[in-house]
Amino acid sequence: MTAHLILTWLASAVVAGTPLIFAAVGEIVAERGGVFNLGVEGMMLVGAVSGFIAAVHTHDLLAAIVVAMWMAAMVSLLLAVLTITFGTDQAVTGLALTLFGAGLSSFLGKPYIGVPSPVTFHPIAVPGLAHLPVLGPVLFHQDLLVYASYLLAPLAWVLLTQTRPGLALRAAGEDAATADALGHNVAALRYLGVLVGGALAGLAGAYLSLAYTPAWTDNMTGGQGWIAIALVIFSTWSPLRAAAGAYLFGGVEALGFRIQAIGGTTPSYFLQMLPYVFTLAVLLVVTMRARRPGMPANLGRPYFREERYG
Amino acid sequence: MIRIERRAPLPPRAVVTLRLGGVALAFGLGAVFLTATGHSPLPAYLDMLRGAAGSSYALEQTVVKAIPLALTGLGVALAFQAGLWNIGAEGQLVMGACLASWAALTLPWPPWTLLPLLILLGLIGGALWALLPAIPRALFGTNEIITTLLLNYVALLWVDYLVFGPWADPSAFSFPYSRAFADAARLPLLAGTQVHAGALFVPVIAAALTFALRHTAWGYEIRVIGRSPRTAVYAGMPVSVDILIVMALSGAIAGLAGMGEVSGVIGRIQQGISPGYGYSAIIIAWLAGLHPWGTVAVAVGFAALINGGFALQTSGVPAAIASMLQALVLFSVLVSDFFATHRVIVRRGRPATVAAPEMRAQP
Repeated sequence: MTAHLILTWLASAVVAGTPLIFAAVGEIVAERGGVFNLGVEGMMLVGAVSGFIAAVHTHDLLAAIVVAMWMAAMVSLLLAVLTITFGTDQAVTGLALTLFGAGLSSFLGKPYIGVPSPVTFHPIAVPGLAHLPVLGPVLFHQDLLVYASYLLAPLAWVLLTQTRPGLALRAAGEDAATADALGHNVAALRYLGVLVGGALAGLAGAYLSLAYTPAWTDNMTGGQGWIAIALVIFSTWSPLRAAAGAYLFGGVEALGFRIQAIGGTTPSYFLQMLPYVFTLAVLLVVTMRARRPGMPANLGRPYFREERYG
Repeated sequence: MIRIERRAPLPPRAVVTLRLGGVALAFGLGAVFLTATGHSPLPAYLDMLRGAAGSSYALEQTVVKAIPLALTGLGVALAFQAGLWNIGAEGQLVMGACLASWAALTLPWPPWTLLPLLILLGLIGGALWALLPAIPRALFGTNEIITTLLLNYVALLWVDYLVFGPWADPSAFSFPYSRAFADAARLPLLAGTQVHAGALFVPVIAAALTFALRHTAWGYEIRVIGRSPRTAVYAGMPVSVDILIVMALSGAIAGLAGMGEVSGVIGRIQQGISPGYGYSAIIIAWLAGLHPWGTVAVAVGFAALINGGFALQTSGVPAAIASMLQALVLFSVLVSDFFATHRVIVRRGRPATVAAPEMRAQP
């Protein structure tokens, strides 16, 4: 009985962690290129609503995912143009992007509130692996997007640390002037980072509206975009640690639901606070260490070749 | 070949013209969006104008809405002046409202003491909620953007708990609100209007901030910390203490906004006392260049935008258009500010036609 409870909790931790992996890895890619995108929450909302609308009209999950990623990337393009080309303040631009995404998603989603999705992601057991003790039910009885998330973090790690484009992107985030002198197009690399981050945030949103809680509700992300940003700091800008952290945060989120499910007496509002309070506590512990290794040195700094210094 | 280079600063009048152009651009983009989603932009904008300023009632409602926007904007602007990203005005507003409501609902004090007490508790509630992230920021440099923001969610859930649980109105059949405040706990209306007396907080706070920031040594210190924290440390300024003071004051002003909402507008505490005032406040403060009176002016404009958005709902356009327009205004103004300090040169030596001729200053 207890073993079963723990297994279902772990399995739902993986599910709850999945959108966080998508969003956090996307934000790592953007920040490694030097752009701090505080619009994750807004981009997730746009992904969630556009993926849902596409699913309602096309009955095609793949099309829905493509639309969600495309739309969120287009929203992130706004931030890219403003911060990279026009050198606007990244923090305030990102915050406004979140407001914009929340408004846009609420506007577009209005007619779809309460509409059931004709198609959703369902768990598919991986032949063979699904019968492994413990690991089987936790990891290999999930939907396709969860399996995709298993591949994403290692893939991002390889791309960022083992390939030329990945190294060039990181150079643009660490020392833009030097990257420029080496012949890299800093602006193009940063645009790429932001767009990839946007697309992945869109995927995270689509996961919420098509798999996690298949429906559209206003502001359905409920702060997960911000938790993803905290996760980036927590992971010291490493996709692999971000994935591990995502499951930890997912576990905390799932814990609240489990406690309610088994009839705990704590008012649900306090259980819902858990993920936020846990994130706050983790941030506090992480930043109590003196230096923050891994933070891209030029993060948040606009780069104009004509105005470079040093 | 496109090049971007700095230009000589434009005269202030040209900057204002450029910024107004930015605002016009935002509404232009909004019109394109409305057309693309099957709405007619011109009637929509006219409806918004009517909803925001079409009658004396509409005007008064816009002023009422401007009060929390201006107060949270002022709080945020103060924090931004010190380089502190207080994104938590929403939660600070809610906690100010919460503590004020606690007194209004439970304390058996003589009626005439209630309003001053509520004001004090609103200030304290917001200040305490802002101190939570301020302490780790001052001690360890913990990024306050994320901590202040996450605390917003905690504050909202806390109010949910109160209004569904211990403070639920027993006669309301589990509707998410408390019982109504006694009359003595309500801010009176200004004579002959629908505007509550909380409106008076706005000029008082704006004047106090203007004075403190411009004419006191402390205000100078705050601005040095905001521009260059290292300089402040080397100059021997008590940076950590100032961080705590600024955040507490910033939160207190937002808390006062919350007190104004529960005591002046709603008359009880309920779920959703703020439709995102604390988030709009960030954009308002930024658009105003962090100037206190500018913040008040922009807040009135945004109040009109939000009320206009609500008016639109009757004609089938979602009110969310107001949030989008707020963001678009900020984006467009940021771009116009860029063109106030830069110019684009297409092909070597030939100025591009990006700005109107009178704005083209000779470097």
